Amino acid sequence: MSGAVSDLAYRPDDLIAEDIDAYLAGHAAKSMLRFITCGSVDDGKSTLIGRLLYDSRAIFADQLAALEADSARVGTQGSNIDFALLVDGLAAEREQGITIDVAYRFFSTEKRKFIVADTPGHEQYTRNMVTGASTADAAVILIDARKGILTQTRRHSYLAHLVGIRHIVLAVNKMDLVDHDQGVFAQIVADYAGFASTIGIDEFTAIPLSGLTGANVTGPSDAMDWYTGPSLLAHLEALPVDDARQASWPFRMSVQWVNRPDLDFRGFAGQIAAGTVSVGERVRVVPSGRITTIATILGPDGVRQTATAGESVTLTLADEVDCSRGDVLAAAGDPPQVADQFVATIVWMADQPLAPGRGYWLKLGTQTVNATVQPPRHVVDVNTQGHLAAPTLALNDIGVAEVYCDRPIVFEPYRDSTDLGGFILIDRATNATVAAGMIDQPLRRAGNVHWQSIDVTREAHAAQKGQSPRVLWFTGLSGSGKSTIANLVEKKLHALGRHSFLLDGDNIRHGLNRDLDFSEAGRIENIRRIGEVARLMADAGLIVLTAFISPFRAERDMVRGLLPPGEFVEIFIDTPLDVAERRDVKGLYAKARAGEIADFTGISSPYEAPDRPEIRVDTLRETPEAAAERIVEHVIGVWSHEL
Amino acid sequence: MSGLTHLQRLEAESIHILREVVAEAANPVMLYSIGKDSVVMLHLAKKAFAPGRPPFPLLHVDTTWKFRAMYALRDRAAENAGMRLIVHRNPEAEALGINPFDHGGRHTDMWKTEGLKQALSLHGFDAAFGGARRDEEKSRAKERIFSFRSASHGWDPKAQRPELWHLYNARLHKGESLRVFPLSNWTELDIWQYIVAEGIEIVPLYFAAPRPTVERDGMLLMVDDERFRLRPGEVPVERSIRFRTLGCYPLTGAVESEADTLSAVIQEMLLTTTSERQGRAIDHDQAASMEKKKREGYF
Repeated sequence: MSGAVSDLAYRPDDLIAEDIDAYLAGHAAKSMLRFITCGSVDDGKSTLIGRLLYDSRAIFADQLAALEADSARVGTQGSNIDFALLVDGLAAEREQGITIDVAYRFFSTEKRKFIVADTPGHEQYTRNMVTGASTADAAVILIDARKGILTQTRRHSYLAHLVGIRHIVLAVNKMDLVDHDQGVFAQIVADYAGFASTIGIDEFTAIPLSGLTGANVTGPSDAMDWYTGPSLLAHLEALPVDDARQASWPFRMSVQWVNRPDLDFRGFAGQIAAGTVSVGERVRVVPSGRITTIATILGPDGVRQTATAGESVTLTLADEVDCSRGDVLAAAGDPPQVADQFVATIVWMADQPLAPGRGYWLKLGTQTVNATVQPPRHVVDVNTQGHLAAPTLALNDIGVAEVYCDRPIVFEPYRDSTDLGGFILIDRATNATVAAGMIDQPLRRAGNVHWQSIDVTREAHAAQKGQSPRVLWFTGLSGSGKSTIANLVEKKLHALGRHSFLLDGDNIRHGLNRDLDFSEAGRIENIRRIGEVARLMADAGLIVLTAFISPFRAERDMVRGLLPPGEFVEIFIDTPLDVAERRDVKGLYAKARAGEIADFTGISSPYEAPDRPEIRVDTLRETPEAAAERIVEHVIGVWSHEL
Repeated sequence: MSGLTHLQRLEAESIHILREVVAEAANPVMLYSIGKDSVVMLHLAKKAFAPGRPPFPLLHVDTTWKFRAMYALRDRAAENAGMRLIVHRNPEAEALGINPFDHGGRHTDMWKTEGLKQALSLHGFDAAFGGARRDEEKSRAKERIFSFRSASHGWDPKAQRPELWHLYNARLHKGESLRVFPLSNWTELDIWQYIVAEGIEIVPLYFAAPRPTVERDGMLLMVDDERFRLRPGEVPVERSIRFRTLGCYPLTGAVESEADTLSAVIQEMLLTTTSERQGRAIDHDQAASMEKKKREGYF
């Protein structure tokens, strides 16, 4: 068995010593392949990567010395080198003996530079594999020859296919432990072929190998002379990369940044997602639809006549068209689609599950919009690929759901373009990346429902009433005094001749929202509807007052986002829980304490106080009358500045 | 049509990253350490924003103990790029006279780790470009390209955001910041190949030349100025040396070499049997030392 410490020696390419310039010239024209390795710790995956790094001379003597010491101390290979230790990264993980995140490793051969994404095979880490696979051209799926196709093999294959990886390599590892038996290998390949076709994988390449001994990893193996195909490395060196495929599609480039160093230059910077572009070609700005021609192309090395997929360039246009970050420049005759609703496959990546109906930031290409996700149509069991019903998506769930954006975005189905079809969802409160999504198709509705163009504008509505619309959003615990103060404010506004309307629990919960319960999802939908109604009323020029507990920051922020800047006025009625409970006007706290009301804010459900409300009312220090006076002054006072 | 070469792909990716930060961050800055990686990073920034200048300043967190040749290139490179150069020296370290001879690990902690945090907070930078590469060290292999730091500049490996496709999440709350590494996917050889291909100027210390040296604790140190404290019996000896990595001169080990051209340097790099970080004294402190330093806020 090779792998013993004494066998290791650094063997540089002879050409380096003989003719360094020739060596460098040869290496300058290398292509690059990114691949992901999938398998569990038990499959010997880290050992295989360590072997690739070692055999391709990506390991230096000092790293080798550290490796020897580590192998002796915590290794699992007795007196032999434990290649797995080269790959397992963080100190905490080393003690556990597993990798728990995506690690990127680099090595190169004469033909190629390789970037390996290494992700663990453990069930709870679907997230990591999808992350690592999202940038990969190929996937190496490891199988332990002794065990054959396992549930996790199916899972890895499904995920690789889901993310759109076109080159699947089945690495049948540990052949040394099954006596290098051709029959074992053939059976595994037959089993896998049967399964692969059921999930849509048409092609794969199977290689029998041993990461531990190095057989068929970088070179042929005497022990398996029955295998005549390429070694793993030779196969990876020969795989076609996706550049050429992308280049043959119609031109698309998301505008990343507008470059305006002076008044004479206005360039649109971005990385070309697909196709090629040449000076003088007609392009369309999407979504506006304006057509113009390419005036100049600035590549990394200066002015060019043409540029192709994958390159980062700066384009100038012949006409002064409106174009900014988030727009897409596309082939004039073949532009991408525009829609605000689609069906997408979503991989949930956060501990906090999806809140259907809640607003998230959706980032796709260089576009960022506010979006909500509907309850999933179904969740996929990654082990059986069966469809299950589920009300939401939890960590590592994969589901299909409808996504609604607050404005139309430019996109393509993910199968056609990862750049314009893949998106992330960002939690608006924590800013964490909570999900990855892949657009399947737009919803038909999106193409047919157009905003009605209205002649009497919201400005005209407001001007007729001689006021600026506002939404005065009162939030606070049950019994804090929201309704009392909101009522006083409306009376005062009415007396001043202002046009207003108060939305509160009674006129909403008993009518518009009577179908909603008090679960978290019900509460989110309740506030969403109230927000939409408030917005319509503000469009009509009214001053809208709302008095709801509205316990979640995310929903209040969502309503704020529906309105023009400055029109949403968050008013925090700040009454401590014990005081509100002592008042207990409606006797609700007593019932909640007795367990008769589930999900009661402050008792069994959280209240997220506003960070920076426009107005805060401390009800222990200010009477309702004084608070109402101050709120009216704030609203009217701000107007006088505007007018 | 033939595809892009690996260097073209890396270049395009780095430019994309640089522009994404400028589009999304409020107040970005580029850390400039004058080493070969930051020289390449600056070169890429010039390309990304041409024909304009990169719309952010350069920041050098100085320890006062860098090689003289580094200071010379620093000032010239910033001027050539037409960028503002901010030099920050930790006033506390300056007052205490912290130096590599008397203070060991505290020298790096106070000048670099603390100095960096001070400078970022002082100027309110919300995104800082750094030249780190994933191939440098094991704990860097799983570092994100956009690395999220808490308001106290801490790095929590569990709180890092998943990075999918080429979509980077640059959203921050007040006080939080990002470290962004446009060279994440470059290897040492890529850097050298790019320097050759683009004709980028690097500090002459990377090339072999006769220089005054002493041998100490298994390292070959260069006597760069009169502040170098010779131990009893030590006499500077002229040797032909070069550096594979540059930092504070009393902490940076040289290698004996005759390689005085780029190809010769790359040839030696490829034939040598030690990795580049070995020349840095700070990494030998303890196992997993880099990860510990990152948690504390070291770049």
